[in-house]
Amino acid sequence: MATIYIDNVPYEVKPGKNLLEACLTLGINLPYFCWHPAMGSVGACRQCAVKVFKDEADTKGRLIMSCMEPVRDNIRLSVDEPEAKEFREHVIEWLMTNHPHDCAVCDEGGACHLQDMTVMSGHNYRRYEYKKRTYQNQYLGPFLNHEMNRCIQCYRCVRFYKDYAGGHDLDVFAAHNHVYFGRHENGVLENEFSGNLAEVCPTGVFTDKTLKQHYTRKWDLTMAPSVCQHCSLGCNISAGERYGSLRQITSRYNGEVNGYFICDRGRFGYEFVNSPARIRKALVRTHLPEAVTKEVALQEIWGELRQARLIGIGSPRASLESNFALKALVGENNFHLGVDENDQDLVDLSLKILRKGPARNFSLREVETADAVFILGEDLTNTAPMLALAVRQSVRQQPLAQVAQASIPFWQDAAARELVQDKKGPLFIASITATKLDEIATATAHASPDAIARLGFAVANLISENSPVVTHLSEAEETMAQQIADALKTAKKPLIISGCASGSEAVLKAAANIAGALCEQVKTAGIVLTVPECNSLGLAMLGGHRLESAFEAIQNGYADSVIILENNLYRCANKTAVDSFLGHAKEVLVLDHLHHATTEKARIVLPAGTFAEADGTLVNNEGRAQRFYQVYPTPEDLQESWRWLINIGTSLRHPVLSNWKNLDDINQALAEADNQFKGILAAAPPAEFRIAGQKIPRESHRFSGRTAMNAHHAVSEPKPPEDPDTPLTFTMEGYRGEPPSSIIPFFWSPGWNSIQSVNKYQEEIGGHLHHGDPGIRLIEPVQTNLTHYFSEVPEDFAPLQNHLFMVPLYHIFGSEEQSILAPGIAQRAPEPYVAICEADAHALQLKEGNNLDFSLEHQIIRLPVKINNDITKGTAGLPKGLPGVPYAELPAWAIILKQETTWKHQPQIIS
Amino acid sequence: MEQTTTQNEVQFSDAAMAEIRRYISHYPADRKKSAILPILHIAQAEFGGWVSPEVQDKVAEILDIQPIEVYEVATFYTMFNLKPVGKHVLEVCRTGPCMLRGADHLIEHLESRLGCHVGENSADGLFTLKTVECLAACGMGPMLQIREKYYENLDPQKMDQLLDDLSKE
Repeated sequence: MATIYIDNVPYEVKPGKNLLEACLTLGINLPYFCWHPAMGSVGACRQCAVKVFKDEADTKGRLIMSCMEPVRDNIRLSVDEPEAKEFREHVIEWLMTNHPHDCAVCDEGGACHLQDMTVMSGHNYRRYEYKKRTYQNQYLGPFLNHEMNRCIQCYRCVRFYKDYAGGHDLDVFAAHNHVYFGRHENGVLENEFSGNLAEVCPTGVFTDKTLKQHYTRKWDLTMAPSVCQHCSLGCNISAGERYGSLRQITSRYNGEVNGYFICDRGRFGYEFVNSPARIRKALVRTHLPEAVTKEVALQEIWGELRQARLIGIGSPRASLESNFALKALVGENNFHLGVDENDQDLVDLSLKILRKGPARNFSLREVETADAVFILGEDLTNTAPMLALAVRQSVRQQPLAQVAQASIPFWQDAAARELVQDKKGPLFIASITATKLDEIATATAHASPDAIARLGFAVANLISENSPVVTHLSEAEETMAQQIADALKTAKKPLIISGCASGSEAVLKAAANIAGALCEQVKTAGIVLTVPECNSLGLAMLGGHRLESAFEAIQNGYADSVIILENNLYRCANKTAVDSFLGHAKEVLVLDHLHHATTEKARIVLPAGTFAEADGTLVNNEGRAQRFYQVYPTPEDLQESWRWLINIGTSLRHPVLSNWKNLDDINQALAEADNQFKGILAAAPPAEFRIAGQKIPRESHRFSGRTAMNAHHAVSEPKPPEDPDTPLTFTMEGYRGEPPSSIIPFFWSPGWNSIQSVNKYQEEIGGHLHHGDPGIRLIEPVQTNLTHYFSEVPEDFAPLQNHLFMVPLYHIFGSEEQSILAPGIAQRAPEPYVAICEADAHALQLKEGNNLDFSLEHQIIRLPVKINNDITKGTAGLPKGLPGVPYAELPAWAIILKQETTWKHQPQIIS
Repeated sequence: MEQTTTQNEVQFSDAAMAEIRRYISHYPADRKKSAILPILHIAQAEFGGWVSPEVQDKVAEILDIQPIEVYEVATFYTMFNLKPVGKHVLEVCRTGPCMLRGADHLIEHLESRLGCHVGENSADGLFTLKTVECLAACGMGPMLQIREKYYENLDPQKMDQLLDDLSKE
């Protein structure tokens, strides 16, 4: 530790940081703009100036930029020195000369870093009375507004977009007093992380366009800590509500998971919650009218189910609590996982791999620090976007060694990037088709899943001979395998990334073998596996029977009724199978938030709360159990699935469920029932948790209109709604200090209204939150020196006459069930297609856009062709989950149907 | 916004292309972008003294980079004209020493004589009036530059004479 003197007070701080970070870590307010904890310093804005003194005798000192000056032992600086203060006041005044006086109508107002810094610097009166510079704004797509007049030229947007996130279509133009940040022309910002600009921009140049549709000031939002539901990474988010609709999602800092950012699917996919297709009332189809009260629905359920032989189908997108409640209700033998047969095998295998080790399952933060990465079978940008962002940071690790050697601190961003130029550390990608990360990869291979697995096995064998040998590799494959093996072996912290996206067990096994082989040599080797949904891993841990056996149970008369939990079966099983299953069941009860093909077939539909209207726990791909909290009170009929299941259990006099009252009861029971969930109780504080006898408020102390907003119902203030499940209140009353990290509804600190206030909640800047980051890891690999290797190396892929091997492709905007219902996401989703390579298209006499007819699992599918030469000959890419593309278990062989004759081929009649 | 495409394909002359290739050859094959500034100058000379978006796209194509990368450079430097210019571009120095010697009067005079403001073209399309920062001829101010040539110790009379001469060219 180093001792530094700030205004003559000694502090112990960590060396290696800069003075700005040191001051902020110590809780000292110091204004800044161009510095960002995730992006380092460039010393451009001059806002963080402080005085530094040579020694105690030095009274004059010199002004320096605190973000550019490393912490040195015994350094003496002053934040409050009059000249430093005056300097900062002038800087903000200059920055503000062109800034419009539009806070009142600006979306950023009330959560604006520029406002905060202006007040903090003491620039209270504007003296500049001339014309302000103005710009034309651009259309940037469905996610972001553009208002360049507000720009203060901190350059953070392009530094995030280009340098950090790898975007290509946002740049800075012109110079001097007319610098412009934008695209080269109007158009959609293409990068998948563009939404972070709304948080990275210190003022209102880039703001959330979806928020603008139903604008609310930050202080008027009712907010709760939540976890993103749109992929398996479990990024932490804060969700905000007003007037009963979800208004905004912002990133919620978690030092181990998503850090400061989230992807655009996570940020803008929330609008399905406000969809008109929501199920808001219990429906009993045989009733007139269909919509019934909770009591009538439960009465009906009691009548039908008390005698029924019941099975339950769980869901990988429902909370652990809801799934466990259903399992408890129907009994262990009658609980089926509502997942695709292949996915179930893959997730089970992933779980097994993570458990048995010896490679450690890395968190996203650890991924950033890996110095050699090999990705097998995943298009990360589209399956687990934030993991792709983390990999983008990891390729900087090896070149940064050079920076350290030159004695440049890593946070000296401009200098570090200048020295590194475009050198990248080793990153290898073997994927089904080209991915966005290819541009930063050392080498890539686009191949069929089996070929990817073979390459992986070959790499494993080169690292350790204990892993099986792969024969008949092509020369190119052998060279690449050698190159990858060499890079991984020499790395200090190598990482293998794979997952369920390729649909191949062999790929997962190959990945496990490589990680295992590395662990024989490098103890710090890591593995990350993605799984299909936000709680896929949790559901797999909970365990249950296959979906197919549920179908059989009904067909064979073993059971007659089914409860389906938050699941559209048509997305995880063949249409004819589901039709027949739902047709044969005497009673079909579905709990879900939105109408879909399965709810259409149900006789009883119960309105389940989405993540915004429910509490629950999800287990992400790392095995981290994280709690999400209900954001706002809902009408009584709309409630958590687990609460419905408790209601049903109580009405059926179920011996276990009748005793459950709230979330903690379920978690307690889960922790007792299953040893692997023992840790879950530590994931978040229980409902009776209090600080100074008080709960934690979901609303800010500035929340307005609490009586007025209900005045059309009653003019007297209603009793505040209660929350029996959590230590949070739905009102503004409660403990105003800092709560434990897992129950922070929003970040705020006096003088810090923007999201930058997270500084005040961290142990050190960019580090962990106070008392540890939210969530608890339920999976730790066994510490062993013995690696068990998978031995089944697949044969290489061989094309088949008149067939195409259908492999899954993914789209960040489109493949996920719920986010696609948000209008902005839908706008970004592609049209349905099937991707084949030029050679296959030629052989089939097809051009881009022509229809290809094929038969897949007894369904006849017609889709327009997209030519993609990265797709292996003999295989075809089918976008998974995209609306308009029917479900099929992938990968699978499709039979090509003969082309219809078109007018061109019709015989000509010669008269 | 609708994007308009030009009917006329932007085409460099053989001589210009040879010059461009020579500049590109100065840099490693994967660092072609390094030649961007001289090539923009060639492009500006080649296509009537300014670089249109189409010309910039062509430069991007030659250098194997995205158009946006050319735009950010071309918009940064004031020596690249982004709007059509007259036959003669008058670049009047407006830095301190020239100002002390009457550059402001000279600019006013030019504005009234040409009937346009700084940054605009004269009505006859012959002249473009620009102001620039110091051209390192402080001893001879006020002064202006037309292409590579300096005209020094100017006053309104000398200016009129110069414009008349240029008009006749």
